[in-house]
Parts: sequence; C-alpha cells; structure tokens
Amino acid sequence: MSSIRILRAGLLTTIQDLGRVGFQQYGIPVSGAMDKYSLKLANILVGNDRGEGALEITMLGPEILFNCGTTIAITGGNLTPTINDVDIDMYRTYVVKPGDKLKFKGLKNGCRGYMAVSGGFSIKPVMGSKSTYMRGQFGGFKGRKLKEEDFIPLKKPGILLEDRKIKLNYIKNYNNRVVRVILGTELHMFKKDTIDVFLSEEYQLTNQCDRMGYRLEGPGLKHVSGSDVISGGINLGAIQVPGDGKPIIMMADRQSTGGYAKIANVISTDISLLAQMKPGDKIRFQRIAVEEAQQLLIDEEKMLDDVEKKFSSLKEKIMEKNTTRVYNIRVKGIEYRVVVEEEKVKS
Amino acid sequence: MNIKADYKPSGDNGILIVFSNQISEDINIKVRGFQQAIAENLNMHNEIIEVIPAYTSLLVIYDATKITFKKMVEKLRCIEEIVHSINLPPSEVVHIPVAYGGEFGPDLINVSNHNGISIDEVIELHSSVDYLIYMIGFTPGFPYLGGMKEKISTPRLKVPREKIEAGSVGIAGNQTGIYPIESPGGWQIIGRTPLKLFNPEEEPYVLLKAGQYIRFEAIDKNTFVNMQNEVNEGTYKVKYSLKGSV
Repeated sequence: MSSIRILRAGLLTTIQDLGRVGFQQYGIPVSGAMDKYSLKLANILVGNDRGEGALEITMLGPEILFNCGTTIAITGGNLTPTINDVDIDMYRTYVVKPGDKLKFKGLKNGCRGYMAVSGGFSIKPVMGSKSTYMRGQFGGFKGRKLKEEDFIPLKKPGILLEDRKIKLNYIKNYNNRVVRVILGTELHMFKKDTIDVFLSEEYQLTNQCDRMGYRLEGPGLKHVSGSDVISGGINLGAIQVPGDGKPIIMMADRQSTGGYAKIANVISTDISLLAQMKPGDKIRFQRIAVEEAQQLLIDEEKMLDDVEKKFSSLKEKIMEKNTTRVYNIRVKGIEYRVVVEEEKVKS
Repeated sequence: MNIKADYKPSGDNGILIVFSNQISEDINIKVRGFQQAIAENLNMHNEIIEVIPAYTSLLVIYDATKITFKKMVEKLRCIEEIVHSINLPPSEVVHIPVAYGGEFGPDLINVSNHNGISIDEVIELHSSVDYLIYMIGFTPGFPYLGGMKEKISTPRLKVPREKIEAGSVGIAGNQTGIYPIESPGGWQIIGRTPLKLFNPEEEPYVLLKAGQYIRFEAIDKNTFVNMQNEVNEGTYKVKYSLKGSV
C-alpha cells in the first residue's frame, strides 16, 4: 500500500483537518489544525479539498521516507524542510519519488508547519474528522502523535505536473505581534482600568502553551469580585482569566465548556497568527469591532478562493499512477520541469 | 416565563445567549427549548455551525462569512419570541446500574464517615433521586447533574488520584457525576457503572444528553461483570423510562 514511513518522530506531529464540528454539545472538543489558514493553503497547493487532513508539524520536524511517488507541499512555520538533504521552498509543490527522504533542519520562523500530500491520508474519520485529539486518544493516526516506524497510508497519491507556488502576499507575516480581539462576554466582571492594562501592556507566552491553550505572563488582571461564572460554552480564541489574573487563550483542543470570566476573544483570522507563536514570544492585544473582524474573515476566504480558482483549472493534470517521473533541471540559469511518462514498448 | 435573554458577541463567529445568572430547572428547560427552536427554524448547517447548551446559556457558533453578527442576533430574537410555543418531548430517564463500594467504590466509606450515616443509607440516598442532566461538558460525555441530597455531600479528596477508571461514579461537594473516560481526578469514588458513556468509534458516541434524567440503580458485583460482558458484546440494552413513571 502507498504510505509514508516515519523514520524519526520529531517533537510533535499529528494529523489535523478543520476539526470535529458539531459535537461540542456532547463535550467533545473541536481539535483541528491550530493554523487553519496554512492547512488550507497546503491542501489547495496539492489539489486537495481545503479541509483534507494533513500533518501538523510542531517546532522540531520528523524524518519521513516516501514509499511511493506523490506530490507534497509545506506551508506555515518554516522548519527548513529538505528532500534528500537539498533545501526546498515553502509554499511550493514538490514531486517525490519512492525512497525520497524529507527532513527538517530547524525552526526558522513560526512554530507549526503543515505538510499536505496529494490525495490525502487514508485515515478513517472519527465523528466526521481526521483530527487527532491526543487527550481523548481518538482521531487521526491511532489517536496519538506520530512515532518512529509508523506507516501512514496514503489515499490516492498523485503526481502533479504543474509547479505550483503561492505568492508572498498570501503568506502571513509571523513577525507581527499584534493580536486583534473583540471584547469579552464577561467584560463587566473586570475593573475598568484592568481592561486598559490588558489592551496596552505586553503579554508573554509561557512554557504552558499547547494545543489546548496558551497561558500568558504579564500585568495581572483584576476582577471586580471573583473570577468564576456559571459554566458555559467557550469559543475558539476566548481569553479566560482565572483568579490569579493571568490570561489563558483557548486554542484548538480546548474543553467545550468553561467557568472563568472572559475578558476578550481573539478574532478568527488572528488565531492562525497566534498558532505560529511559541513560548517566550511577546504579544499585544488590539481591540477591533465585530463587523471589522467579520470583514477580515470574508477577505481571507476570498483570498483562498482566488488561489484555489487559479489552480483548479489545472486539476485534471493530477495523475493517479506512479509511472510518471518529474525532474527539475536547471539549464543556463533557467529551471525546467521535465515530465517523463513510462510506457512499455512491445519488442 | 418572561425573561429577556441577553445577546453578546463571543468572538467574531459566536453569540452567547444568557437567560439568567441563577441555575434552575426552569431556566435550563428554557435553554433546551431555545436550542430546539433553533434546530426547527433556522438552517442549522448553513448559517449556524453548532449550538452549545449549558446551565443558563447557549453559545451559538455561526458562519460569519454568510451572515453578520447583527442579522444573526435579529434572527435569534425572532426565535426567542416563539420559544414558549415549543413543545419539548417528555424527559427521558436513563437507568444507570452501579456497583457501589468495594474495589469499584473505594471512597464510599469516606462519604459514610463524613456524614455519619451507614453505607447502606449512602447508597439508598444516592440512588433514590432522578438527577437532571443540566449540560454535557468538561470531557466527552461528562454530565453535569443537579439534585443530589445534601446528606451525602462530601468534599473532594485532598490528594487527587492519578487514574480513575471510566464509568466511575463520584461525589465532589454537593455534586455527583460519572467519569466517561479514564482520567485523573479528586472526586470521592463511590461506585462504577458497566455502561459506556463515550465511545468514539460507534454511534451514538455519547450515552447521555442534556435534558435527560439519570437514575442510579444498585447492582452487585456479579451483575456488574455480566452486564459489562453484554456491553462489550453490544447486546446490552440501556433501560429508559419517562420522567414521572416508575
């Protein structure tokens, strides 16, 4: 069976898609890619549906051996990917051959890379999603992070004849340290001057940052009286403040309900920016209006539509067989993509 | 009931509807009525992505690329107008067999000592009430229950256990609950049910829903073992009755 083989595990690599939607009323977390924007771009590049499952690779990448020919693309945080020890570009498609090795040299920027393979992984969805929920030990590949000697089966590996790249203006700037928020549902539970502090001071990501939530260090936030509310649903990006006054941002694997006062909520488009930050990074919060945040989300979706449209006319160029070889050849400074189709000739 | 709900933006794709700041069965019924009215009247999988009911509130997650916050609130306010006409089906009681004490309930003795009553009395008090499931949350399939008798309330363990088996039934303060999956925790464990509250592989993924009631029924160790086999083989039929009936 077509598959990839994990030679070295790296720090934390899981399969994620757009999440397990619709089950929060039963206490089941959404999960899914921390940076959905990068996941979508990786999938669009290799000709998949935007929400197909891909590898979410955290900080220290794995070593992967391809057992079949296919097309891959890596987006998001730059972990310096190489194929057979030759550096490759981010946000670009590469055709790999059986025996090719993908390695990562180290984190250059961001925190999480996304690797999509053409056709996706052959993983049985759990509750409609291929996302891994590690705490619950279900979804993705055996409900856990990938480890050495795992073989992850591929669904429909395909050779993409076109060399696809994403233009720089579609890629988010991870040096941006301003996270935009909408003020929270329990704003009345905070002292007035505390809201000013929250919106003007710097906050630092602590070591307690994972797929569930980010604990921040910074000027303490003060409640009028008490930090607890009657337990209720929590949205992605909600910023809860427990009694110690230190904010916690709720991320992909958050519990479906919570009982702390929420001072603000990170806007949808900036969640993917936050997903690319790591412990030690400093951020500032900026307040914007709901309408403004919704327009940003619409604009982002339109950008993705544009990228997809540009590529989709070429979808038929994806081959489903493994008899095609593609080579990049540089002649007199110009790069050519040479496609070789194997055909048996009768003798 | 004529309580006006409060609508607040929860991020750019959520609306938190709060019905009260007091927990009561009446308010919880209103939350459920509202959820059902949304399901019956709004296009659930186009504009609305999901709805999360809780004790006194409802979090509506919607597709902000399809509808604005203002328009969504307008639509939800219209729903509020018709909530009183929603007929909620009669509440179901889910019967949960529990083997109390022994290896399944090592802290039953603590509850008995703390309250100065016999172990039999603890079991009798715990299994004589129908508990309303106000909401599901915290972990997959975990029910937040109301209605436990004060006479068996007991503080949490001073040192939480690292591992509590799935199906464990416990008491923490004046709450009672069931652990759907193996997890760490500080509840006083008084018994265990052979039923599976959460199974990600098969529908229904979770046994319990908000709005149902739970009735614990004491079973002995042999019955527990037999039932567990039936549950594992998929032949066990969970017992349901209607609220009010015996």
